[in-house]
Amino acid sequence: MKERQQTMKARVHVSLKNGVLDPQGRAIGQALHSLGFADVGEVRQGKLIELELTGALASKPKAEIEAAVKDMAQKLLANMVIENYSVELVG
Amino acid sequence: MKAALITFPGSNRERDMRMALTKANGGKAPLDVWHGDSDLPKDIDLIVLPGGFSYGDYLRCGAMAANSPIMREVKKRADAGVRVLAVCNGFQIACETGLLPGALMTNAGLQFICREVNLRIETTASEFTKKYRKGQTIRVPVAHHDGNYTLDADSVKRLEDEDRIAFRYADPLGKVAPETNLNGSVGNIAGIYNAKKTVLGLMPHPENATDPVCGGMDGYGLFESIAESLS
Repeated sequence: MKERQQTMKARVHVSLKNGVLDPQGRAIGQALHSLGFADVGEVRQGKLIELELTGALASKPKAEIEAAVKDMAQKLLANMVIENYSVELVG
Repeated sequence: MKAALITFPGSNRERDMRMALTKANGGKAPLDVWHGDSDLPKDIDLIVLPGGFSYGDYLRCGAMAANSPIMREVKKRADAGVRVLAVCNGFQIACETGLLPGALMTNAGLQFICREVNLRIETTASEFTKKYRKGQTIRVPVAHHDGNYTLDADSVKRLEDEDRIAFRYADPLGKVAPETNLNGSVGNIAGIYNAKKTVLGLMPHPENATDPVCGGMDGYGLFESIAESLS
């Protein structure tokens, strides 16, 4: 019987660091106010990047997978000058 | 001077840059280098990263180009002291590569800005600006959506203390004020140097002010300075 290939998903949430102005978030907040959603405070816009992990990495222990995805986030997915990230493993 | 001009998929100012470099360098054109190349000739004096929208600005402006094969070689050469001129998208790429500090975020007004601006020359103690006068105002075009230079306050102070701020957005008389801040950049900063002043990054386009019949000559001093310094 053919072995089922293991896959896993990682979600990387990228957001602006505290203190970094977010003009897009502010514009979204203003638009929500103009639609009548008066109870919206500060709005911050970020990114969600979903990665499908395959091959040897997907069958490794979760801690190792997380470390690999963090490496990807720091090298490319987030700009550490202005952004933070968090990693979530799914499945 | 032997210059190398790097073109990425989505670069769009490389022709203008080639004309400006050729004119200032006694008719000698720069070497054209493609993003997929992984090597540069040994005797290159200047590397130029032109403007545009490399890789469609995917993920972040300059993020993809920063990881293209040629940038590994550019980084190596820059670390060895080869001069780098990084304009607009080139500036974004240089920041993403770590050649220059900080990051370029979306303009504070969320608009793409395409017009002429006044820049105050903050220092002439540089191979890139020695033909100008300190405090002089020059008029050159900008064309960008993500030119909002962002850096923490301590690092900005360090740039100031080390005379590494090249240009600031000003009024025609050279006054730098919140109302002359084009895009939200910290301290109205339009261009900066690395610690050794061998890498210059700026958002405006001096290459588009190098011909009297097309945008004036205010940007030409930069190319004259570089050509004189490196020839």
